[in-house]
Amino acid sequence: MAADAVVPHAVELKGVVKRFPGVLANDHVDLAVRRGEIHCLLGENGAGKTTLMRILYGLYQPDEGELLLNGEAVRISSPKAALAHRIGMVHQHFHLVPTLSVEENIVLGLSEGTGPFLRPRRTREKINRLAGEYGLQVDPTAKVWQLSVGQQQRVEILKALYRDADILIMDEPTSVLTPQEVEALFGTLRTLVDDGLTIIFITHKLDEVMEVSDRVTVLRKGKAIATVDTSAMTKAELAKMMVGRDVVFRIEKEATERGDRILAVVDLHARNDRGLPALRGVSFELFSGEILGIAGVSGNGQHELSEVLTGLRRATHGTAMLETFDLAGCSARQIADLGVAHVPTERIRMGTVPTMSIRENLILKSYRSPEFRRWIFLDEKAATRSASDAMREYQISAPNDGTAAKNLSGGNIQRLVLARELCGSPRFVVAAHPTYGLDVGATEQIRQVLLDQRKRGAGILLISEDLDEIVQLSDRILVLFDGQVMGIVDAADADLEEIGLMMAGSHRREVAA
Amino acid sequence: MKRPTWIQIDRRPSPSPRVVFGISLLAIVAALVVAGIFFQAYGVSAFRAYGDILRGALGSKLGITETVRRMIPLLVIGIGLAVAFRALFWNIGAEGQLLIGAIAASGIALFSGIPGPLMIPAMFVGGFLAGALWGAVPAILKARLGINDVITTLMLNYVAIYIVEWLIHGPWKGPTMRGFAYSDPFPSAAVLPVIAGTRIHWPTLMLGLLAAVIAFIWVTRTRQGFEIRVVGENPDAARYSGISQAKITILAMVVSGGLAGVAGVGEVAGIHHMLLSPTHISMGYGYTAIIVAWLARRNPLAVIATSFLFGVIMRGGDVIKVSLGLPFQLVNVFNGLILFFLIGSEILMRYRIRIGRRVEA
Amino acid sequence: MSWESWIVGTLSRTLAYGTPLLLATLGEIYAERSGVLNLGVEGMMIVGALSAFAVAYTTGNPWLGVLVSAVVGGAFSLIHAFASVTLRANQVVSGLALTMLGLGLSGVLGRRWEGWPLFTPLREVSIPGLSKIPVLGPALFEGQNLLVYIAVLLAVLLWFVLYKTRIGISIRAVGEDPATADSLGINVARVRYLCVFVGGVLAGLGGGYLSVAYRPSWTDGMTAGMGWIVIALTIFAFWNPLLGLVGAYFFAALFHLSFRLQAWLAPELLKTMPYVLAIVVLIVVARGTLQKRMGAPSALTIPYTRGEE
Repeated sequence: MAADAVVPHAVELKGVVKRFPGVLANDHVDLAVRRGEIHCLLGENGAGKTTLMRILYGLYQPDEGELLLNGEAVRISSPKAALAHRIGMVHQHFHLVPTLSVEENIVLGLSEGTGPFLRPRRTREKINRLAGEYGLQVDPTAKVWQLSVGQQQRVEILKALYRDADILIMDEPTSVLTPQEVEALFGTLRTLVDDGLTIIFITHKLDEVMEVSDRVTVLRKGKAIATVDTSAMTKAELAKMMVGRDVVFRIEKEATERGDRILAVVDLHARNDRGLPALRGVSFELFSGEILGIAGVSGNGQHELSEVLTGLRRATHGTAMLETFDLAGCSARQIADLGVAHVPTERIRMGTVPTMSIRENLILKSYRSPEFRRWIFLDEKAATRSASDAMREYQISAPNDGTAAKNLSGGNIQRLVLARELCGSPRFVVAAHPTYGLDVGATEQIRQVLLDQRKRGAGILLISEDLDEIVQLSDRILVLFDGQVMGIVDAADADLEEIGLMMAGSHRREVAA
Repeated sequence: MKRPTWIQIDRRPSPSPRVVFGISLLAIVAALVVAGIFFQAYGVSAFRAYGDILRGALGSKLGITETVRRMIPLLVIGIGLAVAFRALFWNIGAEGQLLIGAIAASGIALFSGIPGPLMIPAMFVGGFLAGALWGAVPAILKARLGINDVITTLMLNYVAIYIVEWLIHGPWKGPTMRGFAYSDPFPSAAVLPVIAGTRIHWPTLMLGLLAAVIAFIWVTRTRQGFEIRVVGENPDAARYSGISQAKITILAMVVSGGLAGVAGVGEVAGIHHMLLSPTHISMGYGYTAIIVAWLARRNPLAVIATSFLFGVIMRGGDVIKVSLGLPFQLVNVFNGLILFFLIGSEILMRYRIRIGRRVEA
Repeated sequence: MSWESWIVGTLSRTLAYGTPLLLATLGEIYAERSGVLNLGVEGMMIVGALSAFAVAYTTGNPWLGVLVSAVVGGAFSLIHAFASVTLRANQVVSGLALTMLGLGLSGVLGRRWEGWPLFTPLREVSIPGLSKIPVLGPALFEGQNLLVYIAVLLAVLLWFVLYKTRIGISIRAVGEDPATADSLGINVARVRYLCVFVGGVLAGLGGGYLSVAYRPSWTDGMTAGMGWIVIALTIFAFWNPLLGLVGAYFFAALFHLSFRLQAWLAPELLKTMPYVLAIVVLIVVARGTLQKRMGAPSALTIPYTRGEE
């Protein structure tokens, strides 16, 4: 359009590439943000939105590509440099020191030319002025830990404004807010923009995109798909772009008989680590011989769901009946003894003891069983035998079973975890992001393992950020958004667009039997 | 800091036992070299000093037996610390647990009226239980309230010291000699037998060697030992596999405190035969044992060797006091240097430094 | 003894004995506020004591001795700073090693002066005017040396710096949440080195005071465990310099009165008070909001590495 040619974009990223070991986070991404607009970055997990903005904020350096601010090429080497260029960022996990007061947090790291001394009066005046102008009221003397999450976010915004930011990046800001706080935030954003600020808003929620943005750039799997005017789009079209149509791996799945119901979750509620509700009335059933895929953008309750079902988190309400046992009231040990397998998200941190050998890691849960014990001792011979069986069956490649787990590759670590968890023919398997970060070969193998378990008759709860994986492996798909079940669909006739809409919070389907 | 490209520093994947042993040895040697320099600067020949130490500690029957005598409490406490450290519990309170064990033993010896043959076993049991209790308190505070274990164990050291002071100046005051306060001497049934002609109170030594073997088997071969190791190596994995961190922590501290208590029994019943000033009961055994356990890489069997090494050092301190007129405090210089070099050597173990041209991949 | 002269005696002894406690506690408060636990206080104090005595004895100038004690304490603490901050080693072990080294070195190097008195201690001063106030005057403003008043001023100054200046905010941020401080451009390592160094300087100063003013002499081990009381005091003061002031004098008074209070509590048991109270404080602040309000700096003893995102 003619306007673009005359006025340079406030922010322009050209051909930005960022690689991490094993993944191409940003694949030649172009982004152009106009001054004075609210520009949304939309995409699911792994789309590359946060990485891109971290490059803009100086936390990462791009491998290729250039950054332009107001038409001039710049290098942003650190957050301090970004702030010098008047770019501010409000992160998903706030960068605030809880025991310091609001004003102390705001001036932390600033020099302000007054030497070591603070100017409390002037600081407070400036804070109150900014707060009043943009509707960000907060008590400057309050300690941050005393504030609500919404108020803390205001402090983060004020921090950027205090440093004269005129470009504000917000990373999933509404994920921690109540609906009222969200409205207040949007009001603030509009006021900021009226004043000439530019806002880049990372989100996966379609409703927000439609409500607040002028233009939106959709990212998928590291690529920028398109940049469009929000007013010219429908939610369905955006969902389609976000979720895409190309599916990479086609796995042949045998049709299996769905067996008996093994798990009945009814009205499950739970809180996350910050005390906010993470599961808000989740209900579903799981049958033997099926894979139920939990789709959804990370942070919508999947993590808490897997923890409740494996005894690592207490539910605040509701039940999860595995035959006659209520998992929601059991400890991790009891659940392990019940024959529930857990393939955890953080396979190294939670799933293994890195300094221990393969053999010892394999008995991490089963060491209490009669098979591995002789009186008070561990039966070394039995452990060794079982280790060599496991290594062969799951193709764990290592010099011997005494190799320390931390010396294994990611794929082998996951094979180790699977071997351990699945060795007792569990009837219920919780698999959280089982192929995350693994190479193609390991990924294929692990997916096949899950399908084999399914054939054997286990009921598998598959949590994954990779929608393709969910669609390929699952028999049924449950979409979680904001701690609630948006819908449960059969994978066979799944409509990706509909799933995308559900993942983005814009659609509910009545749950059929 | 820019590094020249011909120095490569990589994370070492995981040091083999040989590397660990080699680097630890290097650390000790480096510490001894620095101490040697210190001797020279002080005007004493380093060779003479080390010669005296080795001769004094290992060159005669008296020397060796005194070395072993010094080794006994280090061994017993060191085993307990190895277990506690395995569970990631920083027991800095062995000094206090030793003293509490000594108090229990003294109380039983002086006032319990237990018949002769049962007296010594009773003292050991009492000392173990008392030390275990003293160690369990910080463990419970950590397990239930998340309170820092270093601080609580440290603070309880000084509480124990002053309780001993109070007892020997107050309720348990015995005859005062030369201005020093003591309790009454123990009845003969409460005195530990020694190997003839030496000061080695062999019951404690036997208990120590036995404890080393049992602790080793327990930690490496039993289910509970497995749980302790998991808790110490990766608390998250422990939680995930349903191991109760609280129970393990308390268990490890009961053992650790109990063993330190036993060492305390050994000292008062085997060497002094009375309760006396805390600094004479324990010459920093509780702190030195930390180095003993650390150097042994928390392996109870290796503690036998490392406690012997520090027995040599302590005996060396006694010897040099006489031969060169240097104060016993010198032992602290050794200990401090060795500990610092050990810490420094950990870096060498975590990283590998290569010098030489390297072709960019 | 009239009650007036009893009060004067008590207060003035409290002031005298509380000063080294106060100095070293202020230093440890700063170190811990930045996130570094320094168990080497005893070692730093005693090398300060020895160096102050040695210099004062040989030069006849006690103030030079005081200066040197501060420098030596600071230099000594840098070993711990290097191990804890740069090498990211276990801070507990490093601090203990520092204490051992300090006790050992001072014991050996100080042998030639063992038991000798200092003939040129810090002079007593009287604050003109204030010393004329009845009772309080002679108690507080007469017969003390300048270091006593310097210590009080330092307490106020250090409180001010910690709570009312930029560097203080940075220090507290580094001790609570080094990742956030780092993301805002604060050099975490530099702040920690500085605070540990301040801790060393003040501990050395406290030790120097002992050998040059309080008991002008040198004896092996003359700090007699004061360094450990300081660790307890730091907690008892909730890591606040002004509370440290109160705590130091409170315990000094308690110890001085221990013989008086003999009827109620044996003096030895009284000496357990700082340690017991420190544990009590830790229990009290273990609960939720109190922890945030008054508890230990959250990053205490945890080495900081800039995380790979």
